[in-house]
Amino acid sequence: MKPPPFEYHAPATVEEACALLASLEDAKVLAGGQSLVPLLNFRLARPQHLVDINRIGGLDRMYERDGGIAVGALVRQAAVEDSPLVARVCPLLGDAIRLVAHRVIRNRGTVCGSLAHADPASELPAALLVLGGHVVVRSTLGDRTIPADSLFAGVMETALAPDELMVEAWFPAVAEKFAISEESRRHGDFALAGAVRAGDRLALFGVAPTPVLADPRDPARGLRPSGDLEASPDFRLHLVRVLTERVLAA
Amino acid sequence: MKVNGVAHPAPNDPRRLLSDHLRHDLGLTGTHVGCEHGVCGCCTVLFDGAPVRSCLMLAVQAEGHEVTTVEGLAADGAPLHPVQQAFHECHALQCGFCTPGFVMSVVGLLKENSNPSEQEINEGISGNLCRCTGYASIRRAVERAASLSPSGAGRAQGALSNKRVGERGKDRS
Repeated sequence: MKPPPFEYHAPATVEEACALLASLEDAKVLAGGQSLVPLLNFRLARPQHLVDINRIGGLDRMYERDGGIAVGALVRQAAVEDSPLVARVCPLLGDAIRLVAHRVIRNRGTVCGSLAHADPASELPAALLVLGGHVVVRSTLGDRTIPADSLFAGVMETALAPDELMVEAWFPAVAEKFAISEESRRHGDFALAGAVRAGDRLALFGVAPTPVLADPRDPARGLRPSGDLEASPDFRLHLVRVLTERVLAA
Repeated sequence: MKVNGVAHPAPNDPRRLLSDHLRHDLGLTGTHVGCEHGVCGCCTVLFDGAPVRSCLMLAVQAEGHEVTTVEGLAADGAPLHPVQQAFHECHALQCGFCTPGFVMSVVGLLKENSNPSEQEINEGISGNLCRCTGYASIRRAVERAASLSPSGAGRAQGALSNKRVGERGKDRS
């Protein structure tokens, strides 16, 4: 239950961080650490290098851009949850964050970290997907924008290359009806299944290797969720139908 | 890093978790270690004033920051912190293993919200596990602490006592 050995790097600038990611073999970025440190403690992750971005200035900005909200790589989830700007422009993001773990975790956890970790049962990737947002990633070669629908590649896998740092996530404004709902065994746990709606778009989480867009009229079509000790595949499909009804009623 | 107001050097080994650094290197064993993966809340400390899991931080990350542990709430022989006093008065503990984590979470909760509603109390302690009390007396202690705190709104103690306890906290869905 202790992290395996690694070499620790604490760059002071984004440029320095990108140079480290470009030159080091097997490096992981450490932001809030609320997913990565448990993985280290369990030794499910054994990176040779940790690049801690917490000492980088300027990554904790949250601002309005292109009719939506840009959230920097070090903006803590609690700050987004409390932000009047988020409440005004994209309240769905605030609602999604309030379902993430517990406040004490959100004091440290970051929005970009959740997206980069890409747990299939987590809320923020599904929220980014349903809203049609994107992330901005940077490497020594420059910036690139990855739209949500091509960001999530598999269970805890994204389209980011090993030398790329996610510097910002962008969530479009939500004007129409929106809602997020999930079912979990205990408050604050990862969802057994969840549904998030923005206007006539619907995304599901916890029922496929990545969050998926679904047809609101037939949300379970084509889904083959996995079963585990907490929920069978059939129960997850049942939850998809019930949760979809709930978010559509909002 | 400053721990309870005293400056300490960060450890040399970057693998050292903040929780282990507090306990083993600084002898501050009030911070308890339960699950070491962020679920139980026993290791909660204040990091620059906000409650965080010390088992999910590397000690080197605390360099240049301020950490407050349960030992930092009241000096030896001094009156207890209002949250500690409230836990004592309301019997909000039995074995006591989870208590430092609860106390630090509640200190953080009341800092942000000096007069939390019943739902906000449930929400505020939902990240801490207690296997003894069933939470009813802990919830009462949070109310009591709010009334004891200088900034508290003086809520009457016991408003929760006749309400049903043990409801699941899924009140936001």
